[in-house]
Amino acid sequence: MTTRTNRGRRGALWIRKAASVTGTVAVTFLGLLIVTFLIGRVVPVDPVLSVVGDRATQAQYDAAYRALGLDKPLVEQFWIWLLKVFQGDFGNSFLTTRPIAVDIARVFPATLELATVSIVIGTVIGIPMGVWAAVNQGRWIDHVVRVVGLIGYSAPVFWLGLMGLLLLYFKLDLVSGPGRVDITYEYDFTPKTGLFLIDTAMQGAWGAFGNVVSHIILPASLLGYLSLAYISRMTRSFMLNELSQEYITTARVKGVPEWRIIWVQAMRNAAVPLVTVIALSYANLLEGSVLTETVFAWPGLGLYLTNSLQNADMNAVLGGTLVIGAIFVGLNMVSDLLYTLLDARTRKR
Amino acid sequence: MTTREWLLSDNPVSRRQARLGQSYRTWLDFRRNGLAMFGLAIVLVLVLVAIFAPWLAPHDPLIGDLRTTRLLPPLSEGHLLGTDDQGRDILSRLIWGSRITLAVVALVVVIATPVGLLVGTTAGYFGGWVDTVLMRFTDVVLAFPKLILALAFVAALGPGIENAIIAISITAWPPYARLARAETLTIRNSDFIAATKLQGARPARIIWKHVVPLCMSSVIIRVTLDMAGIILTAAGLGFLGLGAQPPQPEWGAMIAGGRNFLVDQWWVATMPGLAIFIVSLGFNLLGDGLRDVLDPRRRT
Repeated sequence: MTTRTNRGRRGALWIRKAASVTGTVAVTFLGLLIVTFLIGRVVPVDPVLSVVGDRATQAQYDAAYRALGLDKPLVEQFWIWLLKVFQGDFGNSFLTTRPIAVDIARVFPATLELATVSIVIGTVIGIPMGVWAAVNQGRWIDHVVRVVGLIGYSAPVFWLGLMGLLLLYFKLDLVSGPGRVDITYEYDFTPKTGLFLIDTAMQGAWGAFGNVVSHIILPASLLGYLSLAYISRMTRSFMLNELSQEYITTARVKGVPEWRIIWVQAMRNAAVPLVTVIALSYANLLEGSVLTETVFAWPGLGLYLTNSLQNADMNAVLGGTLVIGAIFVGLNMVSDLLYTLLDARTRKR
Repeated sequence: MTTREWLLSDNPVSRRQARLGQSYRTWLDFRRNGLAMFGLAIVLVLVLVAIFAPWLAPHDPLIGDLRTTRLLPPLSEGHLLGTDDQGRDILSRLIWGSRITLAVVALVVVIATPVGLLVGTTAGYFGGWVDTVLMRFTDVVLAFPKLILALAFVAALGPGIENAIIAISITAWPPYARLARAETLTIRNSDFIAATKLQGARPARIIWKHVVPLCMSSVIIRVTLDMAGIILTAAGLGFLGLGAQPPQPEWGAMIAGGRNFLVDQWWVATMPGLAIFIVSLGFNLLGDGLRDVLDPRRRT
């Protein structure tokens, strides 16, 4: 068989996989929309009252009731809502009075920046830790790595955040406190991308850059620690699996240096499932960010969501839930596709 | 013959002896794992503290003395872990709070596990469109991040400990369903199921009597591993003010209460966090240990 037909088959396989993943995602998305819509309908808060106020006459109330489309059948209401959502119209937040899509677009970069720095920290430390544990399986290093991971699994992230603030900010003054940037640096740069690390670096505002770093380092390290716990554990198990394979023994017999066996030959195969793990951790960070952002007054999606919750701003809550859910599904899909693309075994078929 | 010899006998004479012997061997395996035993000890202490809370707690958990005992530091006389801004003894609140934590975990497990088992075994056993519909639904629920879905539900249902338990249960069952389905698929076509079918057993009986018991061990492992997550989610909801309401001594809500005094009275927020951390570490260690002894795939 020539390489070309081989590649053609692989392409066909990948296309088929992509089609099936897309189908699954479409159904999942629809479910996501239905669930969110239904949550919005079971709210004990009367949506009409929040529009007209509690001193409205019956006629005003009825008019608003019809204007909101609440007299139509549930399925039709869903359809109308669906059309709006696809146009990016989640309604207006009555807390900020702006359209929710605008609000979310404004706060999203903060979460994106935090999650990205966190996943980089988690990956850069977590993978070597997992490899180290696997190479020293059963020895004390392995146990230390395991316990470090378990601590990350067990500690409440909001409490870690408070403790971090107490020690490193209030007591030792090593990092900056809540927020993304101090007010003194806020006007040294213009937020173009909304990712302050990139904005400040591109505009050469190095003082502000340092300040942004000192703000992000603590929350990102804590979130990074959570993903590190997962990444290091999975790396260890993938690595153990690879190291027990025969090709490793062959390489050892041939005298390949140990570092090369571990980091090049075994890692090349362990990396495939790791991509999935990292994508999943990245998605999980969205969840961790809700509590972390609350503790660090980080103006991202998580803080927006909890603020809306506390003010019973249901449209905003549902919009935020939907966006986070959509990103979650999207990342899952990407990791699924990457797996197929990278997995050597799919090439053989 | 000693009890130990009876238990480890290679020729059990009754079904009971065989079953007890098997459990004893599992226990011997489990006992060798120091970390797992440590986890078990933590969980046992938690259960005992929750049961004997009225006798263990030195003070009233809900009413403090605002004049004399407000914000006392740890190791003050009569207040080992200090007091909070309402003059309440933190140790007593932690002791009573263990009941809430344990109740949340127990109720979520009692609600979510049967639902997961039912959905998973039904989907796996019948296959076809039943499988497709049920598993699609499971995937949809699984597609939401847990805490976010729980948040949305609590927002809709209203804050409170009962609604928090319902919301967490709604997010907790899908992994059990997936697991139960996978296990069911491996045993659905086995000879003993076919034999039971020939004897005229109805699907409900086959699922309940023959499929569910075989799914149990892997589901139990997964549930134990999830307990720490349930505790953390409940604490997170409490911290955001959406779980147990004041003056209930719920650990997450206690951390939120101590947030305002973080700098000068660090103990108010620190102690409940430590309690959550120790307890969920205990459940994680226990779950890890259980997986090592019960999961046949991990046996070498």
